[in-house]
Amino acid sequence: MKQLKLPKLLIFALIFYSAIQILYGTEILNGYILHIINQSLIYVILAVSLNLINGITGQFSLGHMGFAGVGAYVSGTISTLVFKINPSSPNGMLIFIFAIIVGGLAAAVVGFLIGFPSLRLKGDYLAIVTLGFGEIIRTVFNNIDYVGGPRGLLGIPKFSNFTTIIVAAFITLVVIRNLVESSHGRAMLAVRENELAAELVGVNTTRYKVMAFVIGAFFAGIAGGLFAHLLQMAHPTQFGFIKSVEVLIMIYAGGVGSITGSTIAAFALTFLSEGLRIGIRAIADATGLPIGGEWRMVVYSLLLIFIMLFKTEGLMGTKEAKLIRLKEVQ
Amino acid sequence: MSALLSIKGMTHFFGGLKAVSNFSYDIPEGVIYGLIGPNGSGKTTTFNLITGIYSPTEGKVFFKDKDITAAKPYKIVQSGIARTFQNLRIFSSLTALDNIKIAKHFGSKSGLISSVLRLPSFMNEEKAIKKESLELLDLMHLSHRAKESAKNLPYGELRRLEIARALATRPQLLLLDEPAAGMNPKEVDELMSLITHIRKEFKVTVFLIEHHMQVVMGICEYIKVIDFGETIAEGRPEAVAKEPKVLEAYLGKRGV
Repeated sequence: MKQLKLPKLLIFALIFYSAIQILYGTEILNGYILHIINQSLIYVILAVSLNLINGITGQFSLGHMGFAGVGAYVSGTISTLVFKINPSSPNGMLIFIFAIIVGGLAAAVVGFLIGFPSLRLKGDYLAIVTLGFGEIIRTVFNNIDYVGGPRGLLGIPKFSNFTTIIVAAFITLVVIRNLVESSHGRAMLAVRENELAAELVGVNTTRYKVMAFVIGAFFAGIAGGLFAHLLQMAHPTQFGFIKSVEVLIMIYAGGVGSITGSTIAAFALTFLSEGLRIGIRAIADATGLPIGGEWRMVVYSLLLIFIMLFKTEGLMGTKEAKLIRLKEVQ
Repeated sequence: MSALLSIKGMTHFFGGLKAVSNFSYDIPEGVIYGLIGPNGSGKTTTFNLITGIYSPTEGKVFFKDKDITAAKPYKIVQSGIARTFQNLRIFSSLTALDNIKIAKHFGSKSGLISSVLRLPSFMNEEKAIKKESLELLDLMHLSHRAKESAKNLPYGELRRLEIARALATRPQLLLLDEPAAGMNPKEVDELMSLITHIRKEFKVTVFLIEHHMQVVMGICEYIKVIDFGETIAEGRPEAVAKEPKVLEAYLGKRGV
């Protein structure tokens, strides 16, 4: 009889999940650290999905957080304004999951509407279009009173927790990894490598660019929804250009095209950014120097410059960890 | 007998420059057809027009009696025309094997869902794709390079890899753009026997552009010579080689 073997990535996720739960249960980990872990996992979703567009398919998108914004506002509207659920309502969890998925789908639709006309542009031009799109999304939310306008959408119920977020991050990783290792993923890689040659071995390049964009936008929308239900609010400034650049930095620091790299970088940079906040405050307290928390961005940026100078291809290059790689088809 | 590929009155301008002028020719099924001419005579442009990279200013292209003029390049490939490039276009950071697998893309039937869930039908298809791709590499004497990143391959092997990739799309017509460019004499000999072998093995019609006279005279059954976008001679290799106009285009006028 064949033995049932769990995939190694699932085993790893289960161990990671149990370890964090135990550490948190025994109060070795405080709520603050758990919150940063949750944020890191959401950034994993954002970075891996952007990597599908920028790293795997080779299109340069600068508006990824715009899609997250769509997901955040749409799911927040459903849970907060339409169903008015809170964590104790009956079927609350189901409605939350429904809201998150609808948020993802809405982002995917927007991704299609943006991607279809603009993906015939290349390189810098596409970057400018996606940059513009991100700003439009932000401005639109800023001006819709129904979702709070410039105040943001407040009072979103806190449904995102370690469990829901890690499940979403795990699904994202598996779906995108499996996609990349299929004939569809190979078509996307071909677009990145040489668009003309891809077309001339029978790949419908427009279709695959749009597909990468739509799938990427879907997961960004999911991440946005999770963010909104973690921070209990959605605010236009959370989804601006600077935030998109943060995700972009993650994929470059991790290695463009490497899912493993994006995952590690999402964790490392989220922790680094928070760690610096604490570290700089401690230095200021100890020495009495007039340095505030904003100096962390200077240090953070310097570190990034050094990563790029000394490891231009990013942490992982285009390689994947054994844990992420699928077993080869025999 | 109707031709496999038939070009009728094809003309193409780049701005004011007439790159291809009123080309008409039929390529019958099963032949090795050679297109030769000096640099800048419009050979590669012809290939680009057939494969849909450019659309001709005038004229039509028929493949298996179907009008494919200005169709999308990927559609033309899917209808059965594959090509290689004069300046190689390899997916250089992927492995040699993946280069071939990509070209098997449009034959695959697995949808997104079955690919992501890795259903048995998808796994079987992946197995078949891998097996066929390895066979193609083997045919091109590249088996030992399967796992190697394509950018590490020497030039002659890249040329063969590109031919293998073109064959992976299961073409009926194979367009080779200067397949012998940059090869040493030994590699050229191998290439010639490879092309004749491919024709037999895959029952494919070969249409090639070449500067290398040894290749053209050695394997082509029919030759067309063009200069400045116009046909100056055509026919069997032995006959074409004696045409004064051909000698003139290649060697210059006598006694000037």
